[in-house]
Amino acid sequence: MIIEILSDMCLLFGGIFTLTGAIGLLRLPNFFTRLHAASVTESLAAPLLIVGIILDTGFTLDSAKLVLIIIIMVVANPTITHALCRAAAHGGVNPDMDTKNNEISQSKTETEISAKELK
Amino acid sequence: MIAAAIIALLITLALTLIRAFLGPNIYDQILAVNSFGTKTVLLIVVGGHALGWFSYVDIALMYALVNFVGTLAVMRFFEQYNPQGEQS
Repeated sequence: MIIEILSDMCLLFGGIFTLTGAIGLLRLPNFFTRLHAASVTESLAAPLLIVGIILDTGFTLDSAKLVLIIIIMVVANPTITHALCRAAAHGGVNPDMDTKNNEISQSKTETEISAKELK
Repeated sequence: MIAAAIIALLITLALTLIRAFLGPNIYDQILAVNSFGTKTVLLIVVGGHALGWFSYVDIALMYALVNFVGTLAVMRFFEQYNPQGEQS
């Protein structure tokens, strides 16, 4: 009974995290933000979904293979993310900062500093 | 809850495929294809358990390894690639 509830919770939260990652992958404005959204949610959603299936199957040979799939995914996802970020940085994709807000905040701080100096 | 997880995974696959076709960069497309492969492994595991397939775990295990190696190979191929022909 408790194991069934735990399995349902794992499957539900895994599905929610996968949906969040897909919406982030589709909606975010920059390449590096999209990489962040996809990789971070994948690292959490994949073990949650597979742990939900493991709790449903019980202690068999299939659950050992599912643990192996979890290990492979947990090792492979950050590796792929790091290599893809490095390849994009070498290939000429620049992280596009929001320069207008930075300039406004900088000019504000500069005027504040100059006002303090005048006082 | 298995049905809800399968529906979430199918919607995720559709949105990822939209990004793969729409991506302005080659790296966006590689990222979308890698994410599509990972979600396919998850869909094989969850759907195979729900439908009672025979030895679905082996297929998912092999697909995870092939996805990892294939993405790394494509990425090494496109690491120095520049569409404008400029050397960065």
